[in-house]
Amino acid sequence: MVTIPAPFFKYLRKGLWLFFSLLSFIFTYAQDIPERPVPARLVNDYVGMLSGNEKAQLERKLKSYMDSTSTQIVILVVKTTGDYPPGDYAFEVGRRWGIGQKGKNNGLIILWATETRKLYIATGYGMEGSIPDAVAKQIVSNTLTPAFREQQYYQGLDQATTEIIQRASGEYKSEGNAEGDLPIGTVLIFLGIAVVVFIFIARSMGNSCRNSGGPGAGMPWFGPYTTMGGWGSSSGSWGGGSSGGGGFDFGGGSFGGGGAGGDY
Amino acid sequence: MSRGIIATIAIIVLIVIMGGCSYNGLVQQDESVNTAWSKVQSDYQRRADLIPNLVNTVKGAAEFEKSTLTDVVNARANATSVKFTADQLTPENIQRFQQAQSQLNGSLSRLLAVAENYPQLKANENFRDLQAQLEGTENRIKVSRNDFNDAVQSYNRKVRSFPTNVLAGMFGFSAKAYFEADAGAEKAPTVKF
Repeated sequence: MVTIPAPFFKYLRKGLWLFFSLLSFIFTYAQDIPERPVPARLVNDYVGMLSGNEKAQLERKLKSYMDSTSTQIVILVVKTTGDYPPGDYAFEVGRRWGIGQKGKNNGLIILWATETRKLYIATGYGMEGSIPDAVAKQIVSNTLTPAFREQQYYQGLDQATTEIIQRASGEYKSEGNAEGDLPIGTVLIFLGIAVVVFIFIARSMGNSCRNSGGPGAGMPWFGPYTTMGGWGSSSGSWGGGSSGGGGFDFGGGSFGGGGAGGDY
Repeated sequence: MSRGIIATIAIIVLIVIMGGCSYNGLVQQDESVNTAWSKVQSDYQRRADLIPNLVNTVKGAAEFEKSTLTDVVNARANATSVKFTADQLTPENIQRFQQAQSQLNGSLSRLLAVAENYPQLKANENFRDLQAQLEGTENRIKVSRNDFNDAVQSYNRKVRSFPTNVLAGMFGFSAKAYFEADAGAEKAPTVKF
């Protein structure tokens, strides 16, 4: 029989303790970063600073820009960035979620930490050309900050995204359109829209024929479509019911520390 | 007898295949360390490239103590002269590299801290742009240093563990050094008047 010397257990215990404390440290540190949303979405408000309608409008704007250029601009609203400086937090989210297309790295994050009043625009590797740090800084301090001080959050974000889109336009083209092979998600979206439009026309014609609202006035079957503005409850309504949810996914882009931020 | 020969040949083939695989793996890891290192260097270079512009802007916009500026210029010259290729990355060399860079870091943050006291400088758009660029560059350096450390870690793991360590020894792959977090150097020094 082999006897194990007592110090071995001492070291073992010490080692195990170290291991677990390290593990818990890593775990708590990593927990600050929100999980990638499923289905993917571009406007991520984890605090509830934007109304459902505002979120839907921003999402539509960013989504349509993404559809034409493949550039993914993400708005991220969190309470605080925890132990991370705002920039590091944004890069980490960008890398973990994979915002932007792989190879092009054309992702961008507008980070807003509400409790600590921090703003940061993080640019993916591929966006550093069209949005250099100095420009990111200008957008933060000349567009976002004045609006946020007046609590015009939606207006600030709307203006900032418009500026970013203007600057980044022409830099990237969406591959799906250029090569003519439409991804199945896009086809389903168009199909869904076509069906909705068709039903809408048919319905309104039917209404005018009947010349009365009746029980159809509220259009209950139409509900899921309008709740596109109301987040969370209707994730299935995106993309015409395709299982892809948002009808797109983050493309695996990477971030290398570009961007700028500030307080408001 | 022939069975013995077949078995021997099979074992040799297996060893060669395995050796080939792990050799290729080593080369691949080595290559990713090289890539990460060149990213680190280009990010540091990016910072060095911003400095002449910064110094000129500061000179033009405000009457500044000469010593702060010359400190930065000297530190820059020193930092850009310390250069290593990826296969020279011994702990001493990394330390020298890091020392030169953090010296530049220190004098640069001193300059920026002093600049805080010059309203006409803070109002200067050129200066503000440079400041944003410098901050962004510091972030890039941080990211690329982390990436480099990650690449070195997985390379070293390969070089040190069996059976790849045998091959690594044969073909001259040696463990590489990491960046260490430089204590205090990252923080801007406090300025007293």
